[in-house]
Amino acid sequence: MVTLSPADTQAHRPVPDESLEVVPLRRHGRWIAASAAIAALAGLVGSLAKNDNLRWDVVGDYLFADLIFDGLVTTLWLTAAAMALGLGLGTVIAVMRLSSNPILHGMSSLFVWAFRGTPLLVQIIFWGYAAALYEQIKIGVPFTGITFVSWDTNSVLTPAVAALLALGLNEAAYASEIVRAGIQSVDPGQAEAAHSLGMRPALTTRRIVLPQAMRVIIPPMGNETINMLKMTALVSVIGAHDLMSNIQEVYAQNYQVIPMLVVASLWYLALVSLLSIPQAYLERRYGRGTARGQSASVVRRMLGARAWPTRPTKKEAGR
Amino acid sequence: MTAPMVQAKGVIKNFGALEVLKGIDLTVERGQVCCLLGPSGSGKSTFLRCINHLERIDAGTLTVDGDLVGYRRHGQKLHELRESEIALRRRDIGMVFQRFNLFPHMSAVQNIIEAPVNVAGIPRARAAQEALRLLEQVGLADRADHYPAQLSGGQQQRVAIARALAMKPKLMLFDEPTSALDPELVGDVLDVMRTLAAEGMTMVVVTHEIGFAREVADTAVFMDEGVVVEAGDPRQVLVEPEQERTRAFLSAVL
Repeated sequence: MVTLSPADTQAHRPVPDESLEVVPLRRHGRWIAASAAIAALAGLVGSLAKNDNLRWDVVGDYLFADLIFDGLVTTLWLTAAAMALGLGLGTVIAVMRLSSNPILHGMSSLFVWAFRGTPLLVQIIFWGYAAALYEQIKIGVPFTGITFVSWDTNSVLTPAVAALLALGLNEAAYASEIVRAGIQSVDPGQAEAAHSLGMRPALTTRRIVLPQAMRVIIPPMGNETINMLKMTALVSVIGAHDLMSNIQEVYAQNYQVIPMLVVASLWYLALVSLLSIPQAYLERRYGRGTARGQSASVVRRMLGARAWPTRPTKKEAGR
Repeated sequence: MTAPMVQAKGVIKNFGALEVLKGIDLTVERGQVCCLLGPSGSGKSTFLRCINHLERIDAGTLTVDGDLVGYRRHGQKLHELRESEIALRRRDIGMVFQRFNLFPHMSAVQNIIEAPVNVAGIPRARAAQEALRLLEQVGLADRADHYPAQLSGGQQQRVAIARALAMKPKLMLFDEPTSALDPELVGDVLDVMRTLAAEGMTMVVVTHEIGFAREVADTAVFMDEGVVVEAGDPRQVLVEPEQERTRAFLSAVL
């Protein structure tokens, strides 16, 4: 065995004869690009601030007006109800699509094909004018003329209900694909392990498969919710009295189109910002047991902390 | 005279046109350890999965403790059982997988109490107490609140064994339990299995650990291409095999 004396170790180490200074590369391009971007932004903000046509006084007058709040309430419940309908129906369709029953599989594929394959705007107008297709809605025995109950289509399919159906059914087509991907992302070994413990299929799905699928489902569903909030603006074409409908109603009278659109934009931005908070919470909840589950808290994330996984110290201790 | 723990007669299993099991006859008595060995693709894992009906057999009979697995007999016909009835029979058959298959969203102790609480209906507090005792038994008492991702492979596999034991099974199936482990972690898992065998648990073990099979098994079964080539005392089968095929396999792996 060779032991090194202090003198030996000294001899192998390069000894600097003077202290050298490290000079980082000067990145002039960065400074030029940053200055140009700031100048452009300043110019845009400046011109907007000086532009009298923007009419900030009108924006201020309407930002908290009752009519706007009424629209906001409609937009919010429409978003929530359409997402609930979409997620509920979407889960059913996803399960149908994964089923080994060829008829159920075919029908769910047909649904997705139809509702994903036509523009949402077309579907909204279609539901809005459904009375032109069926004047009455009847419940009875098909092909016999026996009718138990019937309603006038226009009295049932109010603009709000038509809007909800259009948004919800369209969402179901997209949500079903997200849920299907989530369920398929779970390792089949997980269900086998649950079955080998004597867990029935329904219990296995509820306790083992869905909680793991949620991790994959939540981020895209968060996207869908944000999209939905903004897509509710489309139902203004059938006058469903959402935020955008009411905004249009106002500028149709006072001709202040741009200031009213600023009011709408400010509200949509504010609501979308709020929506990212529950999403972050849900992602943490269903991220348990994974490195991502250890990410920064909701508050820290809002303050801009990186959602990087800090390596769990327990893992080190475990080795 | 009680029925053998596992009895297979002429078990046949096809995957499409491919015949993976070509008539397996095998008996495992109560309290015995049976090791299944053979090259990959020989059908040993498939046979193991047939025992708790994770795979459906196409012909033959397979009984566990006298009960047909997955079927009910009416005269000359076998009627496939409903999922809930199969689940009831699987409670008594523990299984340990090559890739552990711990539930990643649950801590070690939650993994272990999941089935006792939600399947057997044991109160949570009592199940947790039992889980801690099992964790102690596999040498992981201080890892109760760790998630699977925070445990090494060997630790995960020992938690998986504890999870299977929590349902108090009368039969334990091991599907290559050490094949996915780093070499230095294999010993801990085999130690747990050795103790389990010494306590009288009936075990069917698919393994490549020839040393473990020689030492612990009561019966060694060598399979190749869907048939049992040779079965018997491991000191015979794994030391001085009669069949040329067994000899070739042993000289290749040893």
